[in-house]
Amino acid sequence: MPDTAFWAVCLVVVPLFFALICFVRSDQAAVLGLLAAGLNALAALAMTVFFVRSGPLRYAIGGWQAPLGINFSIDGLSVLLVAMTAVTGLSVSMYARGYFSLRIGSAGEINRHGHQRAFFWPVWLLLWGALNGLFLSADLFNVYVTLEIIGLSAVVLTALSGKPAARLAAMRYLLVSLLGSCSYLFGVALLYRSYGILDMAALARLISPAPLMWASLALLTTGLLLKTALFPLHFWLPPAHANALAPVSAILSGLVVKASFYLMLRLWGDIFAQVLPFAAYVLLGVLGCGAVLWGAVQALLQKRLKMLIAYSTVAQLGYLFIALPLIRLDPGSSAWEAVILLIMSHACAKSAMFMAAGSIFLKAGHDRIDDLAGIKEVLPISSFAFVLAGVSLMGFPPSGGFVGKWLLLGVSLAGGEWWWGVMLVIGSLLAAGYVYRVASRLLVFKVTFFSRRQSIPPVMEWSAVLLALLALLLGLLAGYPLGLLEAGSPFPLHACREVMP
Amino acid sequence: MNWGGLLLVMILLSSLVPGLIIFALPEKSNRPRTFLNLGGAFLKLLLILVMIIGIYKGRHFAVRWQLLPGIELALNSDPLAALFSTLSTVLWLLTTLYAVGYLEQSPNRRQFFGYFSICVTVTVGIALAGNLITFLLFYELLTLTTYPLVTHRGTREALAAGRVYLAYTLSGGAVLLVAVAWPQVLAGPVDFGGQPVLASVAATHELQLIVIFFMFIAGLGVKAALVPLHGWLPRAMVAPAPVSALLHAVAVVKAGVFGIVRIVHDVYGIGFAAGLNLLLPLSILASVSIIYGSLCALREDDLKKRLAYSTISQLSYIVLGVSVAGPLAAIGGLVHLVHQGLMKITLFFCAGNLAETLGVHRISEMNGIARRMPLTMAAFSVGALGMIGFPPMAGFVSKWYLGMGALATGKMWVVAILAVSTVLNAAYFLPILIGAWFKPQECTWSEQVVAVRLETRWMLLVPPLVTAFLVVTVGLLANAQISPLAWVKLIVGREFGP
Repeated sequence: MPDTAFWAVCLVVVPLFFALICFVRSDQAAVLGLLAAGLNALAALAMTVFFVRSGPLRYAIGGWQAPLGINFSIDGLSVLLVAMTAVTGLSVSMYARGYFSLRIGSAGEINRHGHQRAFFWPVWLLLWGALNGLFLSADLFNVYVTLEIIGLSAVVLTALSGKPAARLAAMRYLLVSLLGSCSYLFGVALLYRSYGILDMAALARLISPAPLMWASLALLTTGLLLKTALFPLHFWLPPAHANALAPVSAILSGLVVKASFYLMLRLWGDIFAQVLPFAAYVLLGVLGCGAVLWGAVQALLQKRLKMLIAYSTVAQLGYLFIALPLIRLDPGSSAWEAVILLIMSHACAKSAMFMAAGSIFLKAGHDRIDDLAGIKEVLPISSFAFVLAGVSLMGFPPSGGFVGKWLLLGVSLAGGEWWWGVMLVIGSLLAAGYVYRVASRLLVFKVTFFSRRQSIPPVMEWSAVLLALLALLLGLLAGYPLGLLEAGSPFPLHACREVMP
Repeated sequence: MNWGGLLLVMILLSSLVPGLIIFALPEKSNRPRTFLNLGGAFLKLLLILVMIIGIYKGRHFAVRWQLLPGIELALNSDPLAALFSTLSTVLWLLTTLYAVGYLEQSPNRRQFFGYFSICVTVTVGIALAGNLITFLLFYELLTLTTYPLVTHRGTREALAAGRVYLAYTLSGGAVLLVAVAWPQVLAGPVDFGGQPVLASVAATHELQLIVIFFMFIAGLGVKAALVPLHGWLPRAMVAPAPVSALLHAVAVVKAGVFGIVRIVHDVYGIGFAAGLNLLLPLSILASVSIIYGSLCALREDDLKKRLAYSTISQLSYIVLGVSVAGPLAAIGGLVHLVHQGLMKITLFFCAGNLAETLGVHRISEMNGIARRMPLTMAAFSVGALGMIGFPPMAGFVSKWYLGMGALATGKMWVVAILAVSTVLNAAYFLPILIGAWFKPQECTWSEQVVAVRLETRWMLLVPPLVTAFLVVTVGLLANAQISPLAWVKLIVGREFGP
């Protein structure tokens, strides 16, 4: 009888399995990849259904208990992030199918694009399996393993485009990613040295202030901040995200950076929350403010569309860090809910934006923002998708970003620290500024636009617009995903602790 | 969902759905588009009538949708909502007709009518919003959906105007967001139409409440074009005439004013706001806008810009009426919400006719024009005389109640403001009328509409004639049971009632 745990295991095994097959049968990679994406979505749906029915769960794979075996811990936060990955991943996969067949069909040099496709699918599925594994893992060492796989496959995907700029960016990404993993691994080792255990829920109960603990927390955090690209450690992100192929950019910006932020949430929001002083959260919050300002200003200055979107990711990640002190400040759960909404909303909106930008790039042959006026006439749906996604990023009602911002604003005003709220509002005004820079070109009506003759497959346009629409409507439907948090556990690890064996 | 709630949702959908279908239709299918537009407008009018009859019978329509605990979207049909939504709907119907005529043969009509329908949905959403966050939702959406209309022509000038428009309204929206979130933290969700809740926390949070009030005014004042936040309005006149008519005489600017009315009446409560000494600064601000707007209008030679400055001045009558804090003045202010809409839309229709038929944009080109376009200029004259406040036009009724209200509360300076403003109104409208009717033609016009029996296309002619007729009628029949005045008295009676 399949239950939550069965589907959770499927979520990791199915992508990995298909990654292998894709690698062997690279001529069928796209079909297999889409099949894996569909199965993954089904498994995520099934797991959500069972989760709603039976609540949070810990599961030891093969019956091997914590110190030896691999344990899963499935709570509301994991389920939501897995579901987010499934939805975004499915759209990106459909987009990628159209993208590669278009490029292979149109370009003379079949080999290069054929190679890209042959490597894209297995690596992307590997990355996907690792993401699911990360969200479901119960202990910090398994997390390290998944984090490493995510980092390496992200680097491979970045380098896939083959352009010199992309290779350079990928190299830098690789170094940063390895540095981050090393730092994280040292932190994990120190924790193991102190407590002899790496299970997150168990650690949360054992943590007490001690020099070794501070050292390990510092190492863990540094590693994760590097991977999450928090200002001023963001330097590697814009070139990597902007020079990758369009579906890869969508994956990197929408999903990959969320993985390390998810761990930040677990560490700072739960495991170490009792011992950490508020000032530490304030420090991260201030860095988040820096990211919001710096990312937005840089985005305003960019001349290329994909660079602008990449800098917007830097700014939007800043939001998530501003939320950290508010989580600490908040007696209730609204700051938590807000962060999760912001993560989900950004994943959908940003992936949609990169996908739309990719279509625009292919059609126009360039992505110079100033020369895009009139593209609406040849690519109406993609332009619309871009603007919709932009509206979500601006935090306009009724998007998920708006509800998240509203909740955080309420927490900051109620807690008497209104400046965080003001920062959020300023951030969304700046976001409006850079979205406007593009949207004003996209919306303008102009009779002639010189574009390439190739026509963009409808699936590329529609997958982007549907994802953007989802981000926009997420606010209206916020009760459902967030209800999942409360159905299983009022708050992520607190409740999981109670059902521990 | 109950039936009453369904009615409110239907009212919104009746223009949203046509708008979405129009986006899906190809550019060339003009007939289905016109049919959808007019069909939606008639359906909406019908539904609004059902709602009004229901309200007369004492029924109450409401619907709620919970996003998260503590965040609810609510639609609500109190009389004030009915007033504004009726105004928007009636004028939408006329403007749609006008726009069909106006944009005949022009490119990119699909986008225009699509956004146009969605705009009306959003405006009616503002009217029906049942709490602050719903109001904010629609208020912000209005910014987004009007931007493509303002920049519809896509010229450099239009894009520049659109940029200024967005800069003003988005900043205003940001201030408004904080202002809306804050009371929620202090006093829980703020619903419209019930007892104002903020008074209950006055003892502990007086300073905060004062700050919040001025943030509200700053946020809403942008769309209400209160001086000094009015800079976007004259520039936005580059938009096509139907857009200027509906959105910049009715929807956008009224959304701001309507918000201010909501804040004063439903969030703070007049008595409480007066107790905090918030209303005197507001009425001073309104007075400054009235005088400043009129002075600017005097200087303008561009007809639409003169009308825009006149709007800035006239809108503040509403704010003034609300902030004088007496029942009579409140009646004057609220009824001006309707009257100003009718008069100003007439004027904009006529200005559009002159531009579309004869290429006339400047007041200096208008001498003798009444002989060429008598019906249009007759409608224009009715609107202009109404604005000045000649009896028995609608504007007279508003000014009469405003003046009486000011006297009743002993605020002589308000009466003085009204008097000065009337003189200024006359000073910038009468020369146009005199020139148009009594002076000989001075310059040659470029006839742009050929081979029609009437002075211009009938679709352009009927709407201003209808609105001009309404301007006279609501003034003449102000005491009838179904006039806007009677409805406003009902609203104000509840507010100031025992």
